[in-house]
Amino acid sequence: MSETNTMHGWTGTVLRVNLTTGTITKEPLNAEWARDYVGGRGLGVKYLSEEMDPSVDPLSPENKMIFATGPLTGTNASCGSRYMVVTKGALTNAITTSNSGGFWGPEMKFAGYDMIILEGKAAQPSYLWIYDDRVELREATHLWGKTVWQTEEALRTELGVPDTIIASIGPAGENLVRFACIMNDLHRAAGRSGVGAVMGSKNLKAIALRGTGGVSLADPQAYLEGQWAMKEKLRQSPVTAEGLPMYGTEVLVNVINEHGALPTRNHQQTVFDEAENISGETLTETRLVANKACFSCTIACGRVSTLPGEASSKYSVTTNPQNWKIAGEGPEYEAAWAMGSECGVGDLDALIKANWLCNDLGMDSISFGASVAAAMELFEKGVVSQDETEIPLEFGSAEALVAMAEKTAYRQGFGDAVAEGSKRMTETLGRPEFFMGVRGQEFAAYEARAIQGMGLGYATSNRGACHLKAYTVAAEILGLPRQMDPRATEEKAEITKIFQDATSTVDATGLCQFLTFGVGLEEMLPQLSAATGVPYTLEELVHIGERIWNLERLWNERAGFTGKDDTLPKRILEEPIPSGPAKGEVNRLGEMLPEYYELRGWDKDGIISEAKKKELGLE
Amino acid sequence: MKQLRVITEKCTSCIQCELACAFVQTGTFQPSRSVIRVHIFDEQAVYAPYTCFQCDEAWCLTACPVNAIGIDPNTDAKVVMDDVCVGCAVCTVACPYGTMFYNPDSHKAFKCDLCGGDPACVKSCPTGALEYVDMDQPDWLASWADKVNRGFQHMQDE
Repeated sequence: MSETNTMHGWTGTVLRVNLTTGTITKEPLNAEWARDYVGGRGLGVKYLSEEMDPSVDPLSPENKMIFATGPLTGTNASCGSRYMVVTKGALTNAITTSNSGGFWGPEMKFAGYDMIILEGKAAQPSYLWIYDDRVELREATHLWGKTVWQTEEALRTELGVPDTIIASIGPAGENLVRFACIMNDLHRAAGRSGVGAVMGSKNLKAIALRGTGGVSLADPQAYLEGQWAMKEKLRQSPVTAEGLPMYGTEVLVNVINEHGALPTRNHQQTVFDEAENISGETLTETRLVANKACFSCTIACGRVSTLPGEASSKYSVTTNPQNWKIAGEGPEYEAAWAMGSECGVGDLDALIKANWLCNDLGMDSISFGASVAAAMELFEKGVVSQDETEIPLEFGSAEALVAMAEKTAYRQGFGDAVAEGSKRMTETLGRPEFFMGVRGQEFAAYEARAIQGMGLGYATSNRGACHLKAYTVAAEILGLPRQMDPRATEEKAEITKIFQDATSTVDATGLCQFLTFGVGLEEMLPQLSAATGVPYTLEELVHIGERIWNLERLWNERAGFTGKDDTLPKRILEEPIPSGPAKGEVNRLGEMLPEYYELRGWDKDGIISEAKKKELGLE
Repeated sequence: MKQLRVITEKCTSCIQCELACAFVQTGTFQPSRSVIRVHIFDEQAVYAPYTCFQCDEAWCLTACPVNAIGIDPNTDAKVVMDDVCVGCAVCTVACPYGTMFYNPDSHKAFKCDLCGGDPACVKSCPTGALEYVDMDQPDWLASWADKVNRGFQHMQDE
């Protein structure tokens, strides 16, 4: 393929696999779209918008899946490891963009592809084997039922290529658990919105990659200068040079708890009295064995943990008991919150075990934990009894949490209800008010009543409630780039829009969002321009982010979403926080949303104006 | 004489060293062409960079039938002379450490030449896991082997 490639940064080739017919084609990347949408989230959303009817059932063969890298994926730019899974979410029925690091995205570039587009549904369990330009769709009946870690081992043995990098689904994806994820490199997840269930519905177990090619640069000298400058800034930032390497994302548990913003027991409280037990400090002191980096990452926030001695035999489960003797990864902050304080569980060992189970079985640890929390409230309020749940689903029960991980992935007993996600589960049981999320997706680990901007970010997030689309916590709690009052609603519309647009651009480059704790788009710009040869300006990059955000919104409109979906649960809007530093607060979404619509150039019902469409080239 | 030293405890497996090495050789980011490789043992949480440690008694050099491998007098590095190498790949078999490579495009052997005394991998490492320092003997191989062995020992004990 290299003979036709005139692009730099991008490989210039898209791999298309029709799983129904087994047809495999390679086509040139649309250069105009590449310029206007960069890559990753941007290009994925553009291709999906052009190619697919948004009204289809996410688990039907008509849904498509796009695995998209950015032009800086596979380069030595700090944290240039990311790929994005773009599809219609099984959990949300909205467009989703699920991001993962590790080594899989870069390997796809080295094999020669910017994107892989999957269509249709395979007649039998299958996996895709890509070794540079050799691409085969192979039978995977013998892999069906295996966990993620078993699948990786079996595939490497079978293929006989030790350096193979694998993304796969576990039993949760096969069983169409609504929040199943896609795992790569054992511990890295394209986590949210049920992308693993979509892959399972296509009968695709795994994509195994080996690439021996490289990523070329349009202007190597300018590129090298750009990447050194960014790395130097990252070395000077207290967050990227000290906080994240030392404690990982888990450093946030105590910080957020002290602000009274750590949702607890399905958002019934916002302070967790056992927060210290599940904090990054405790994890680092008692269970951490190493920091693990993704490809080209100079931060290395990954937490490699172990369960020493007696700790490994607590909470017995049947899945791969040998795993408890080795090193695994996590939990990260969001997982520690969802399975920890949201379920009232303060035993770090239970969280480590449940987190590893989520990774091995292929489930999003956030939605899993939050769905168990909703089930625990249903149990607490007597909506379901032990006759139905089999085990007492009491808040704080570490045994129940760990047991539910297996039951949910395999849809056993009450796990079958939890596997539908908390929105469907609470609706089926007649108590929809216990669902804590937006567009069918559970919240992340920040209480929207205590951090007002996060409420607006959750309510307007195109892929459902998510912390990765507008992380206003940076400004409202951490003071980056400047400190804002978390309780105030002023300026939150503006900061939310700015963060949403900038984040969309970062997600399009192939870089990791964690860079933004230390650097901004201005530091990424020289590398992006020098790698691709496209003379982007800062203004253009911001504009590209806005274009991506609005295109996702348009897609959701076509899928049936309206401004009425830009809302929060009644508990968040009407029930004041009962105690703690943020006592008495509700989220005042009504004060922020109209201003946000206006800033976005949308009408009062949240419909994108024709003028805005024209400005962004989205007519 | 300066030698390359690997401090495995500091490695996070980011493979910046591989990317720097590949870039020096090819001008692109192509880790399959790197002569330093990070071995990742996930289950034991061991990440170990590994490259040629320029043996005093270099079997690659001894084995070469056309004397294409010489010694750089400034660095003591064993270097492949491209214009002499005939691409027979005997050196890749002779090397007991697996650090002699073969380029299927150019049909030449290639290996670590210490970048002429200024190794790119050392400069690129964000955690200081690689050093280029004065040593009488390359002392890191023993600690490398020790760490990897401990990983396997751990696995067998359990």
